[in-house]
Amino acid sequence: MSRARLMDRVATMVLWLAGLVIITLLAAFLIRILGPGLPVLSWKFLTTKPYSVTAGGGIGPELFNTFYITGLSLLFSLPIGIGAGVYMAEYAKPGRATNLIRLSVEALASVPSIVLGLFGMILFVNALGWSFSILGGALTLALLNLPVLVRNTEEAMRAVPGTYREGSLALGATRWQTVSKAVFPTALPSVLTGVTLVAGRAIGETAILIYTAGVTVSRRFPDFRPFSAGETLATRIWYVKSEALVPDADAIAAGTGALLLILVLIFNLGLTLPIYWYQRRRMGK
Amino acid sequence: MSRAHLSDRIAKYLLVACAVAVGLVIAAILLFVGKEGLLTFEGVNPFQFFFSSDWNPPKNQFGALPFFVGSVAATGMALLIGAPLGLAGAIFMAKVSPGWMRSILRQASNLFVGIPSVVYGYIGMTTIVPWVRDHIGGQGYGVLVAGLILSIMVLPTIIGVAEDALREVPVTLEEGSLGLGATRWQTIWNVLMPAARPRILAGIILAFARAFGETTAVQMVIGNSPRLVGSLTSGTASLTSQIIMEMGQTPPGSTWNRALFMMAFGLLVNSLLMIMLVRWVSNRGVAK
Repeated sequence: MSRARLMDRVATMVLWLAGLVIITLLAAFLIRILGPGLPVLSWKFLTTKPYSVTAGGGIGPELFNTFYITGLSLLFSLPIGIGAGVYMAEYAKPGRATNLIRLSVEALASVPSIVLGLFGMILFVNALGWSFSILGGALTLALLNLPVLVRNTEEAMRAVPGTYREGSLALGATRWQTVSKAVFPTALPSVLTGVTLVAGRAIGETAILIYTAGVTVSRRFPDFRPFSAGETLATRIWYVKSEALVPDADAIAAGTGALLLILVLIFNLGLTLPIYWYQRRRMGK
Repeated sequence: MSRAHLSDRIAKYLLVACAVAVGLVIAAILLFVGKEGLLTFEGVNPFQFFFSSDWNPPKNQFGALPFFVGSVAATGMALLIGAPLGLAGAIFMAKVSPGWMRSILRQASNLFVGIPSVVYGYIGMTTIVPWVRDHIGGQGYGVLVAGLILSIMVLPTIIGVAEDALREVPVTLEEGSLGLGATRWQTIWNVLMPAARPRILAGIILAFARAFGETTAVQMVIGNSPRLVGSLTSGTASLTSQIIMEMGQTPPGSTWNRALFMMAFGLLVNSLLMIMLVRWVSNRGVAK
């Protein structure tokens, strides 16, 4: 066999090995997360309040806060993020202003989450005096969602063929009618895929929330008041593993980690199927 | 003006407002964090802050050098492991793998993204740190484990960008090379990789930026002792880990508090530089 052939053989083997290593790593992670975590998940663990110094506490309020804060953050970021994305795709003319906005979106996407967290802390905790609050946490988290939503919406809108616009405009529709009735519905499945991505990230975020939403929970449960402190599942793991005094920290962290992973999976799957159906229905018409 | 035209006008203004709002956010972040951070130098001399390794806030010593070094070391370690593995994975997915294996790998990559960083930190702390302590030595906590964890966290970024870049190389180049009798590996190494290089490089820079700003996962495994990196397996700290550890104990407006903000500003400036670098690298176009 020639040297080139031999090299090719060896390289192919190394590349296969790399692929297998990546899959093995993932499998090892899943086993390490779900193995010790799943046995901890009981109805009681999921629905009762956490204890601060004794063993046996649950994560009920944290589970509630995770959905509450993620939901609020989407409520704030979806209209603005999608609006800005639609603008960039359909209205913005090439030029200095557009370029500046695009650069800001890229820059915002690259800001480390801890820096966003400190920004939120200055603004909501110190300047506005809200102390650690669900609302402050959600608003700061919205900043993490924004750039992803903008970019994703823009890409989704751009992927819609120009003939859709031309057809609509030729029938006498205004630009907004064209954008809102012809282009956006077509782009919607891709836009929603971006939303699941954003929600998944928001569910697992810690660095932003530690100094904006805090690491404690209200004595009431469930507590919808936006100004009470709101520890989430992810911050709970961080807190029990680095500062808290509970003796069963390992079990709590393992159980909460498994739950987080399952939530992210359900979220991805739970939104993928409806998107698929929507796409098929539109295609079918 | 008809109703349709009125709503057309209103919609346009609303959309402009959204875009401007997003632009203003980054300006506000730069302004607030930058102002708070730069006030540090009322209490500390910049030379001491950047070049001294003595961090002892109660004694008014604010040398942040260990944290800059810690961040660079952990991130460098992450790329040293993550970049070759991710790149190999991307080449495999783009050019070698059969379809079924590719879809498994794509799902795997998505799942790696889905695992929250605090869970990575937790696994590092409970699994990898004890293993390193028993088999390699030292305290376990330190740059080695931080780099290992980060290398896995940056895999999806590198794989995603590099695979796209390799796929988008014009197929004529590949066919030309194969037609001349080159093997698949010769084609990948001598034709595809050079053509995709700018975008692959951009992906690696993005991965660097992401790893540099990662907080919780690093803080949980790096050991959190504010001293210069001694060995790969002894405790140190990074910019992000130090901020998250100490921010809660510092009163707003104190030099200590501001020094932490200055470190955050350093992170911010670094990520902006990386964005510029990515733009510059990818604008140089396809290599010849």
